[in-house]
Amino acid sequence: MELSGGEILVQCLIDEGVEYIFGYPGGAVLHIYDALFKQDKVKHILVRHEQGATHAADGYARSTGRPGVVLVTSGPGATNAVTGIATAHMDSIPMVILCGQVPMAVIGSDAFQEADISGITRPCVKHNFLVKDVTKLASTIKKAFYLATTGRPGPVLVDIPKNLTDPRIKIPYDYPKSVTLRSYNPHVKGHRWQIKKAVDMLIAAKRPMFYTGGGIVQGEASAELTELTQLLGYPITNTLMGLGAYPGTDKQFVGMLGMHGTYEANMAMHECDVLFAAGARFDDRITGIIAEFCPHAKIIHVDVDPSSISKNVRVDIPVVGEVKPVLAEMIELVKACDQKPDAGALAQWWKQIDDWRSLDSLGFDRTTDIIKPQYVVEQLWEMTKGDAYITSDVGQHQMWAAQFYKFDKPRRWINSGGLGTMGFGMPAAIGTKLAFPDADVFCVTGEASIQMCIQELATARQYRTAINIVNLNNGYMGMVRQWQEFSYGSRYSQTYLETLPDFVKLAESYGHAGIRIDKRADVRDALEEAFRQKDRTFFLDFHTDPTENVYPMIEAGKAQHEMRLAPGVNPDTELA
Amino acid sequence: MKCASPPASTPTRSLPKPMSHIISILIENESGALARVAGLFSARGYNIESLTVAPTQDATLSRMTLVTSGNPEIIEQITKQLNKLIDVVKLIDISESTHIERELMMVKARAVNAGREEIMRLTKIFRGNILDVTPTTYIIEITGEKSKLDAFLSTVGEENIIEVVRSGITGILRGERGLAV
Repeated sequence: MELSGGEILVQCLIDEGVEYIFGYPGGAVLHIYDALFKQDKVKHILVRHEQGATHAADGYARSTGRPGVVLVTSGPGATNAVTGIATAHMDSIPMVILCGQVPMAVIGSDAFQEADISGITRPCVKHNFLVKDVTKLASTIKKAFYLATTGRPGPVLVDIPKNLTDPRIKIPYDYPKSVTLRSYNPHVKGHRWQIKKAVDMLIAAKRPMFYTGGGIVQGEASAELTELTQLLGYPITNTLMGLGAYPGTDKQFVGMLGMHGTYEANMAMHECDVLFAAGARFDDRITGIIAEFCPHAKIIHVDVDPSSISKNVRVDIPVVGEVKPVLAEMIELVKACDQKPDAGALAQWWKQIDDWRSLDSLGFDRTTDIIKPQYVVEQLWEMTKGDAYITSDVGQHQMWAAQFYKFDKPRRWINSGGLGTMGFGMPAAIGTKLAFPDADVFCVTGEASIQMCIQELATARQYRTAINIVNLNNGYMGMVRQWQEFSYGSRYSQTYLETLPDFVKLAESYGHAGIRIDKRADVRDALEEAFRQKDRTFFLDFHTDPTENVYPMIEAGKAQHEMRLAPGVNPDTELA
Repeated sequence: MKCASPPASTPTRSLPKPMSHIISILIENESGALARVAGLFSARGYNIESLTVAPTQDATLSRMTLVTSGNPEIIEQITKQLNKLIDVVKLIDISESTHIERELMMVKARAVNAGREEIMRLTKIFRGNILDVTPTTYIIEITGEKSKLDAFLSTVGEENIIEVVRSGITGILRGERGLAV
């Protein structure tokens, strides 16, 4: 089969089983778009801004576990994609970005729409390639998918000069069946002896704690994690990225930990004597001040990426390996072990945790007529029976969604954890809805975040992706305002958005439905209305309490146990 | 001119100077490979004291020798992060084993009057060569460990030095063990 470079690229995607490609055309990718036009296997989703393409592909990848694929043109097309690439990189999301480049002959001449995108993206991709020879195109695409999806996943960018896709130059096409790279061996099996040591330490623990992250979701290890946790009967917390990896409604789950984690999760971290970390990376939003992190604990850490181990926190038993087989091996060892956990110590530990839990650190005022944002998320959870896909943007609404939507399954919670990218939620919802057209997809957002990629409302309309937008509109960049209230004497510098659009009219102008909700009593009805009508996008503009804050909070420079609790919540009096 | 201190008597040492590490890297000879290594160091705030790169006898591979410093935790992270780069095939911290390290230096020195004789004598003591002679200058080539090169410069004296060019350190493990694919 003789194909042009453009046709080869499209055929590679077909052979790779790619269903959707998210992109935006331009000069350097015209040949590729012409090749796309002539086939109907790979469906192209035309976004309105390249950032939207990367986030939509990211949402697709997070919800399915398959790589998201992006196609953008050279120069500004490529640079617009950078935020989305960095977002995927920080959260280890498999993504392949195909990027047009000016022809080889003019690279380096500051040609029209030229940007050194390989150079620009080098620090925020797992790897990137500049293809210089059309005969290497197919093998490079194969490598890109292989790298993106194996080991610790991540985005891989392929930069393709325009002359390589010239329709007049045809060469034989052969898509490699497999690929090996001498410098890359992603399938790491955990060391047996280390795993045995880890199990022995876990069983001997008096105050054990499980702390797991996005690696469990990416590594498809939820079932193993759940089995191991329940086999031992130990408390477990998930990071923001790990929510859903362990059932959020189970009694052993003590909530999310970290800066806005529950009191019980953070206190249990602080007081535990053995910490079992898996697929998590001891991010600063988790640890608080490092010097006082888990002061009494021996730490076990399982991760596929050796550089995650002992990066921020020194660990006692490192296990480098893919979490799924490591956890499976641990289950076998626990079952085979003669020793059992100390039931008395464990009962005492649970009693302590339940005492912390009884403080109800996520409590909020349920009596006011003004809409509390927490209430909206809680109602959303009840209405969808915890079974919807929830995407979010970044800020207070993100934390409330994480705290109040109890995820029982992995891949249902889709948010930008590491980079914290405002504008992520709505395009990610589009990508998720395309992957699961029959599922309910809600984007929980705020009036500041949603405006960063608002143009994608047009994409949602074009492809009839019936997503629902839950806009927790408090008229502020809420999280920044909260920090300003706590740490800057309530000087609200540039956090009040004085000229907000009428979101209902805005949604309508894009061909969607919109509802404005001002009273608590109307919250459930509005949600139900959106939930009922499965064939269209609803923009639910909830006008919420503008002064509500996210609690608990570990402020900058504080340790895990030094949480700022909601006004009126006092551990000393409650627990006396 | 300062008093000559004798050159280091042993050309190798079994233990590195505290904090300084010599990392030998085999890396794919691809465009951008060097930028990935350099970018990693700047992005993560690590320190590069010197870096040398050249192709190996296998044209698809380059060998780098990178000298960096930091406490053991930092060095551990550096080697892990380098290993994570897709283009890096293999690496070894040669300063953790017995090894030989060398640096090449060329010095253009002012050589007039009595100084001509003195610099020639020092060059001989340091086992260097004079590569170029003009009525007022020498170009001297010296190879050795960093400390020997430093000693030569301080002996010749700053006031006599017109220009110095150093290759950066390269190194190799002693014995049968080596860094190869």
